[in-house]
Amino acid sequence: MSTAVDFQNVDIIFGDQTQQQRAIGMVDKGESREDILAATGAVLGCAGANLAVEEGEISVLMGLSGSGKSTLLRAVNRLNVPTRGKVFVKHEDRMVDVVTCDNRTLRQIRQNRVAMVFQQFALLPWRTVEENVGFGLELAGVPQADRKKRVDEQLALVGLDQWAGKYAHELSGGMQQRVGLARAFATQAPILLMDEPFSALDPLIRTKLQDELLMLQAKLKKTIVFVSHDLEEALKIGNKITIMEGGRIVQTGAPEEIVLNPADDYVREFIANVNPLSVLTAWNVMRDKRDLADAGGDGWLWLDRRETTRFKVDPDGLVAAAERNGHPALWTSCDDNETLPPDAPRVYWAKPGTSLKTVMRAMQRSHTAPVALFDEQSRFVGAIGIQDVLHAMVRRA
Amino acid sequence: MGTDQGWMDAAGEMLTTKIPVGRWGKLFFDYLTSNFAWFFDSLASSISSILSSATDALMWLPPLVLIALIVALSYVLQRSWQLALGTALGLLFILNQGLWSETVETLVLVVSAAAMSMLIGVPIGIWAAHHERAYTWLQPILDLMQTLPTFVYLIPVLILFGLGVAPGVIVTVIFASPAPIRLTYLGIKSVPVPMLEAGEAFGATKRQLLWKVELPAALPTIMAGLTQCIMLCLSMVVIAALIGANGLGKPVVRALNSVNIPLGLEAGLAIVVLAIILDRMSRIRTGATR
Repeated sequence: MSTAVDFQNVDIIFGDQTQQQRAIGMVDKGESREDILAATGAVLGCAGANLAVEEGEISVLMGLSGSGKSTLLRAVNRLNVPTRGKVFVKHEDRMVDVVTCDNRTLRQIRQNRVAMVFQQFALLPWRTVEENVGFGLELAGVPQADRKKRVDEQLALVGLDQWAGKYAHELSGGMQQRVGLARAFATQAPILLMDEPFSALDPLIRTKLQDELLMLQAKLKKTIVFVSHDLEEALKIGNKITIMEGGRIVQTGAPEEIVLNPADDYVREFIANVNPLSVLTAWNVMRDKRDLADAGGDGWLWLDRRETTRFKVDPDGLVAAAERNGHPALWTSCDDNETLPPDAPRVYWAKPGTSLKTVMRAMQRSHTAPVALFDEQSRFVGAIGIQDVLHAMVRRA
Repeated sequence: MGTDQGWMDAAGEMLTTKIPVGRWGKLFFDYLTSNFAWFFDSLASSISSILSSATDALMWLPPLVLIALIVALSYVLQRSWQLALGTALGLLFILNQGLWSETVETLVLVVSAAAMSMLIGVPIGIWAAHHERAYTWLQPILDLMQTLPTFVYLIPVLILFGLGVAPGVIVTVIFASPAPIRLTYLGIKSVPVPMLEAGEAFGATKRQLLWKVELPAALPTIMAGLTQCIMLCLSMVVIAALIGANGLGKPVVRALNSVNIPLGLEAGLAIVVLAIILDRMSRIRTGATR
């Protein structure tokens, strides 16, 4: 996997030339946006941003309003011009610095490499849905017939083929943003910039469009840089989350890393209201099998600290026998709905990617028995006891 | 003491000596007439020949045919039978009053002056919207064009272009073109920023941005400029008549000179009818464009 967008020490300062020059010195000293504004009159958009976005991932820029997330996003297609630093974008198999490239290259990147979806949709009201979707292709000089074909494909993709001839304002907000998405997809640009695309929509439609985006992404495998002020949204759709505050990047990491190990109080405050069950997976809370206590040799291991349940694991890592409260037990997947004889003691197992929610439901059904974790080859990799779950929940608070 | 006296004298002299603004102006126009007479003469003659041939062509048609054509045009533009009916009645009234040839002359004068104003005004408005500093210079000039009493520039225009329809058109254009300039400027300036950014983000060139985003977004405002421009042109009809332009202004001037109330009323009503028809026809149709 290679990098699609690479921010290197990007500073963006709004103001005239002299203000910017004076502000840069203060940025280097790490002074705050308020101090810089008071001293120079320049507004610090973002400072010292370093971030690499890998091909095919959804990288979410997160922060409160004014944290510089949109500012940074808009540097990718030079809607904001960085004062200092480089922004590399993959273009024809090489990395082009959009800060310094000539206008022709910039236009090519904007037409073919980087497409954008806007918060307020930014559709052109005098154009029909169809004409809006074809806008980027029209600018790039794609011939009429080809354009028509690609527009129809995109409209079918976002489920708007019935609406092609309508004007944008005749559509609901959710539909308008689908048009915005189709317009961006139509250019077949591999990189997609999404500037709070769902924030202007009501919650139900927002969730629906998030799901649709994830489904489309599974098919299209774009590189998406997504700006959001909503952590739930970020955790839901992001492969990687970057948290920004006052123009600076505070933390970058996978969603569960952010939730489990917040870098500072700002991030901690952010995640305070997040339901960890929807973010964490079994993998995040399990104890590795090497950390499990030996239960009488011969491959027996205690799954929990209370020593209620033990597995006998053979040298290949497969489970040979199970015992719960001293009685032989069955082990069944916690995703399984098949009904087993209710009296048989059983131990549920999960895959590392199973959500913590499912694991906890299994624990509840089995009267707080630990849950085992098996990998794709059914090898035993670790276990989750009730204490591990509680620990994960409490650590964040 | 002595130097104080000197100051007072100098100041007094400054206040009492008249600055010869008027004479400078005259010198400027003398310079223009003596050096660029060929330019102004050819401009005047080409304007008047175009206008008179247009008038002749329209007069060649029987009035009822021309009325039918105008009514049809009004229906095509606005798709409203009420307007078509009103147009027909209004024009028939003018015909009935015996002011047909004057009306055709005025129509040609107004339409061509409005067209020239738009041709000059829209590009200047676009240019000013893209060059903020230029507009700060342009604004006082536009104010001057609209507030300087028309009679003041009637005199130099008369000297440069002579009597006739050409100076009438020129004066009308000077008076009317600030409207399309201002409204085009306003229209382009108020294009929502996200729309411009959408254009830029998808790789529009400056020209594509103008034709595919700015002008369509500004079109309603520019069209309001056209309507205003036509009304301003109509309001100049009487003044144009003072320097020899034919049309409905002529009977008004004649009525004024001879205190002829009936004639003044008839010609004045004809102007009003024409104004209403042109205004309704040049309005942007709501519902069809968006």
